[in-house]
Amino acid sequence: MVDVLVCIKRVPDVGGQVLLTADEQAVDGRYVGFTVSNHENSAVELAIRIAEATGGTVTLLTVGPAEAAEQLRATLALGAHAAIHVEADPAALGPADIAREIATVVTEKEAAGADYDLILLGNDAADTGDFQVGIRVAYALDRPVVGGVSAVEVADGSLTATGAGTDGEVSYAVPLPAVATVLEGGAEPRYPTLKGRMAAKKVEIETRQLAGAPSGAQRVRLTLPPPAPSTVEVLGEGPEAAGAVVDLFERLGVAR
Amino acid sequence: MPDVPASAKCVVIGAGIVGNSLVHHLARLGWTEIVQIDQGPLPNPGGSTGHASNFIFPVDHSREITDLTLDSVRQYRELGVFTESGGFEIARTPERMEELRRRMSSARAWGIEASLVEPAFVQELVPFIETDQFIGAFWTPSVGVVDSLRAGTIMREGAVAQGALTTVPNVEVLGLDVEELPGGERRIRRVRTDRGDIEADYVVIACGVWSPKIGDMAGVSIPLTPAVHQMISVGPIPQLAGSAGEISVPIIRDMDTFCYERQHGADMEVGSYAHRAILHEPEEIPRLDQAKLSPTELPFTDDDFDLQLEQALELMPEALGADGAEMRYAINGLLSLTCDGSPILGESHVKGLWTAAAVWIKEGPGVGRAVAEWMTHGQSEIDVSASDIARFHPHQMRREHTRLRTGESFIKTYGIVHPAEQYESDRDQRLSPMHEAQRKAGAVFFEAVGWERPQWYGSNADLLEEYGDRVLPREHEWDSRWWSPIVNAEHLRMREAAGVIDLTAFAIFDITGPGALASVQRTCVAQCDVAVGKVIYTPVLDHKGGFRSDLTVMRLADQHFRVVTGGAHGMADKKWFADLLVDGAELTDLTDRISTIGLWGPQARAILGELSSDDLSDDGFGFLTCREIQVGDITVLASRISYVGDLGWELYVSFDDAAALWDRLLATGEPYGARPVGIGVYATTGRIEKGYRAFGYELDGERTIVEAGMQRPKVKAADFVGKAAYLEQRETEPAAVLCTLQVEDHTSAAGIRRYMLGGEPILTRAGEPLTDGHGHHPYVTSAGSAPSLGRHLLLAYLPPDRARVGTELAVSYMEELYPVTVICADATAPFDPENARIR
Amino acid sequence: MILVWVETEAGGLSEISLETLAFARSLAEAGGGIAIRAVLFGEVEDHEAASRELGAHGVGEVRQVVGEAFTSYAAAAWAAALQELRASTGSVVVTAAGSQRGNEVLAHLAARLDVPMAANVVSFDGLAPFVVTRQVVGGAAFEEMRLDRRPALFTVAGHSWTAVEVSDPAPATWVEERPEVAPADLLARVVATRTKAADGADDLKTAKVVVGAGRGAGGPDGFGAVAELAELLGGTVGVSRVVTSLGWRPHHEQVGQTGSRIAPDLYIPCGISGAIQHWAGCASSKTILAINTDPEAPMMTKATYAVIGDMHEVVPAIVDELRARR
Repeated sequence: MVDVLVCIKRVPDVGGQVLLTADEQAVDGRYVGFTVSNHENSAVELAIRIAEATGGTVTLLTVGPAEAAEQLRATLALGAHAAIHVEADPAALGPADIAREIATVVTEKEAAGADYDLILLGNDAADTGDFQVGIRVAYALDRPVVGGVSAVEVADGSLTATGAGTDGEVSYAVPLPAVATVLEGGAEPRYPTLKGRMAAKKVEIETRQLAGAPSGAQRVRLTLPPPAPSTVEVLGEGPEAAGAVVDLFERLGVAR
Repeated sequence: MPDVPASAKCVVIGAGIVGNSLVHHLARLGWTEIVQIDQGPLPNPGGSTGHASNFIFPVDHSREITDLTLDSVRQYRELGVFTESGGFEIARTPERMEELRRRMSSARAWGIEASLVEPAFVQELVPFIETDQFIGAFWTPSVGVVDSLRAGTIMREGAVAQGALTTVPNVEVLGLDVEELPGGERRIRRVRTDRGDIEADYVVIACGVWSPKIGDMAGVSIPLTPAVHQMISVGPIPQLAGSAGEISVPIIRDMDTFCYERQHGADMEVGSYAHRAILHEPEEIPRLDQAKLSPTELPFTDDDFDLQLEQALELMPEALGADGAEMRYAINGLLSLTCDGSPILGESHVKGLWTAAAVWIKEGPGVGRAVAEWMTHGQSEIDVSASDIARFHPHQMRREHTRLRTGESFIKTYGIVHPAEQYESDRDQRLSPMHEAQRKAGAVFFEAVGWERPQWYGSNADLLEEYGDRVLPREHEWDSRWWSPIVNAEHLRMREAAGVIDLTAFAIFDITGPGALASVQRTCVAQCDVAVGKVIYTPVLDHKGGFRSDLTVMRLADQHFRVVTGGAHGMADKKWFADLLVDGAELTDLTDRISTIGLWGPQARAILGELSSDDLSDDGFGFLTCREIQVGDITVLASRISYVGDLGWELYVSFDDAAALWDRLLATGEPYGARPVGIGVYATTGRIEKGYRAFGYELDGERTIVEAGMQRPKVKAADFVGKAAYLEQRETEPAAVLCTLQVEDHTSAAGIRRYMLGGEPILTRAGEPLTDGHGHHPYVTSAGSAPSLGRHLLLAYLPPDRARVGTELAVSYMEELYPVTVICADATAPFDPENARIR
Repeated sequence: MILVWVETEAGGLSEISLETLAFARSLAEAGGGIAIRAVLFGEVEDHEAASRELGAHGVGEVRQVVGEAFTSYAAAAWAAALQELRASTGSVVVTAAGSQRGNEVLAHLAARLDVPMAANVVSFDGLAPFVVTRQVVGGAAFEEMRLDRRPALFTVAGHSWTAVEVSDPAPATWVEERPEVAPADLLARVVATRTKAADGADDLKTAKVVVGAGRGAGGPDGFGAVAELAELLGGTVGVSRVVTSLGWRPHHEQVGQTGSRIAPDLYIPCGISGAIQHWAGCASSKTILAINTDPEAPMMTKATYAVIGDMHEVVPAIVDELRARR
């Protein structure tokens, strides 16, 4: 029985052009809405599979604004069992602050009898892209951490994780308890079912306040790159373009 | 990126279902040099058409909307994009079953095949539905889904192939240039875009939720609100996996949860109108490249949908709860809502600048045809006057009004809406000068285009005892909702003594100047070249001889005519008159300056005589004449006319003096038995006893003077709009004849006396349908008490062979037949047919 | 002193690390000629060549970290070594390539030192205070971030700088280092590496080439040429939602919001306008060749390459051409 803690973050569901808030401190999600990033969705999927396979549970944890409860509910609907919400203004938090808050929750919950053998996070957040929260959590809890993995399995008190390395697919074998940061691609995240959504509604989310004073995100401001023009190259019109197309296939190395 | 053409006959802004249908029909009617632009790409520019659920239930309580829907379905079928699936509207409650019975009335009235069925019948066609969740259903076999994007593409490409149309996508409108002509008329000149300017004679705003933003560029208010409709897609559903094509399972409208379930391939789409009204501003809609999905597919707000999810799952647990059935797509889709639920069509007050907005998929092609005909001929085959942009009064053009009204009405999308139901939001917009006195008299106010009008007065409740059963009390809650027997008591008192009626809601405008006579002559059917001081009642026709209006005109001086018309249609009438003005004529709106008070009843002359020393005798002040009189220190324009069939006057008085006149009339009238009387008498009981027709009920663009039985022996020599058509109509047997019927027996199977409210089908005594010369089926255009006759009367257009006094027929009400008999087969008054009382 | 971890791949220096050196040099110059030291982990085939190449990119001294602990990747152990070298060299800046491993190891170092770390930096905007600009939102936006604490840790985003050799190169001095590694830092260590097996061509999500078709196919029989092209390219067929809705093709072939999200090397949408719903499923394709009659269809403007024409004429012509060239 493995109890997995998955840390998720409310992020703008950026599709096309990115808009910034007026104070240039955040991405404006009013048109696109908010979501959980793909890496974290994969982490949730892996966690659910482990919990299902071992008869364990999945607990969600987020550090974010009150509205992040939407993301907790939406993720609970996928099959998670419990959720903890540390309410905080994300603009005031840096990655070290978030890691400390997560570690504090884990320490306190474990002191109260919980046992998160495995903590999963996304490899990097879709908005701030700090690439470090999971690693800082591991140091704060003095646990081993594997980064950038796309598949994880748990057996005999050990975590086996695989991911893309420099020279091919690499694998790790780490004793539990451990932390892993997940890259999407290994497990196709499921969508919610109606039943799952209704079950999620009944889960009571545990809300907490920040444990410590944040040190901040060091952010001066956000900026946007100038818009990229259409760069499409027209190869030709009608059947006469076939030659140019096959030339392209050859350049791309897909013609066999 | 190609530039836009530098000039066009007509620019259509928008390439959704409306814009595409419109360019098709314009091209079909011979228009060329049409340029269609859209800010988005083709074939899906990102508007509401792109995410529509695309299903069509043809039966609506509104004839206009039903006609547009049926015409649209015909067009979709011709384009090969209609798939008939059948559809159920299911009832979970007895109240809803009653509403479905009422829906059967509409189906029979419009001649659409439909039936009420048991849950087991539904389950035969929708095997995964839980029959214990509902008690019955309304089955319409002709329900279906359309591919609105495909339809639009075919229509648009057809017009391009014909050489009539150039379509340029990805063009943003930056401005509309309007030119002021000598005389103050404003006319559209050009459309400015990010790809160049287009000079144009006509511009049509057909861009859905963005229309208000574009309208503002020319100072034209297009009062619609972008509102959210939530929809999710659940799948793949194993029960649907094997079915061929997009849809083979009938669509379910779960009326009491305000939801629908509609198959889309292996998925089921669940949509809702149950959530809180989520309203947006047109300026706040994201651009295509800012949106996650499309500008009108906004982020789904889960919490708003949770209850509907639960109800949908209860209804179809095995399908929607099947293993692997996931919510893969969920949106807050934007659509357009208006303050009165009708589309916004027609020419704005800027000449050449037209609108076609707030249209649903089910009406799109029909609207395209109607607007194209209107632009070409001046009117459309299907009367769309209820959707005319000219209908809006200033208070309705405010965004706030639309927001408040749509916020209130959103939940009524699937609601049970009583025909007389009143809005609660944004009331008290226009108060008559005597409002305070009316409030003190316990007036129950109904709204008419912003005016608060007393429907009846609580202070008249004492009359109920006096008249007893003569007030025709109604025991069924539905029949008596938004109604009071006091209306009938007030009626009887007016007939017995006198009634004083507040008619401030009238729209009043003057036509003056050397061109005044020519202007009213060409606009009105009746002879307007009459002596000064005459009052003229006249129909107003469109070019094909259908009704535009009916109203009264007073000749106040040689070059001075005053037009008085109903408030509801006043703004459209004003535009019609303004459009037909000849040189040297001017139109001045006096609506907000002049109040009207009606005084009618056998004691009217005595009461007014006490207040005024003017000669009010029949010789001194004849019927259908008007002149100024003094009522003490108040100058009043009195007009001897009646819409209730009794002796009396309409008294026109300045707003400043109206309250004083009102008080004097009532105080002086009291010893005579006079009472304040509400609009319930004026608009229904008084006029129906007299067989008076009402615009919007008996009279509309699809009816003729001959059919309405209103032709006079002679037609004036002067030309007027619709004259040629009218002359032809006079030479032809009418296809239908307006008749008055009386209900012979009101008792239902349950032993309750029932009273029809209007809209019900007229059938043979045996319950067989009737068909008139247009192919239409007769239905009740107006229904109401005739207290003086002790009867409930109905007006309906009947096939000519049934339009004979004494013909025995039946009316179907809530799926029961009640015997009726034709009592008048023309405009003869059922009450006082000799009009002796008016003299 | 600026310490730069230079990654090796296939025995040589990684391109993105050389870009990082260019960034470091620019920073060193702005700081008044600060020295740059490089760190290498593990074995290097040709010391002299590496020494020359690093020298050519402005490195004065290179520290090669060797020992059993560094024969396979262990982020904590490598960070521990960097930590020791940083201390012994007195470096005020430690930087690495903005690769998965570069970010990971520097994050470890940041956690060990309890200082901030900036990932995927593209430029620096000032030295006092030290402000860097870095990629956020997947590169769709930038963040200006202060790095006040020392050492300043950051990684340099790939392709944000061009690797340039110095005008007067001298080989870097070579020093071997054998740091001690605590057992705890070796718990998370790569225990196996295997080269990836070839993808199954019938799986949309892993296919290298996907040929897409939409309503333009015309009917269930209209997919012949499309399937043939997919077959010839060793790829598979993907379709738009309307096609599965109409029952022309099975659901598992659907690409889009409610179907599969694909990321092939080449996606060839034929007669697909590129509705947003579909775009969501194919936006990750490396190269898109769109074939459509409407040059203004969204797919045509977003694609890398386009052919304007009817898929029923163009696709068979491509198939013929492919066969002819065999």
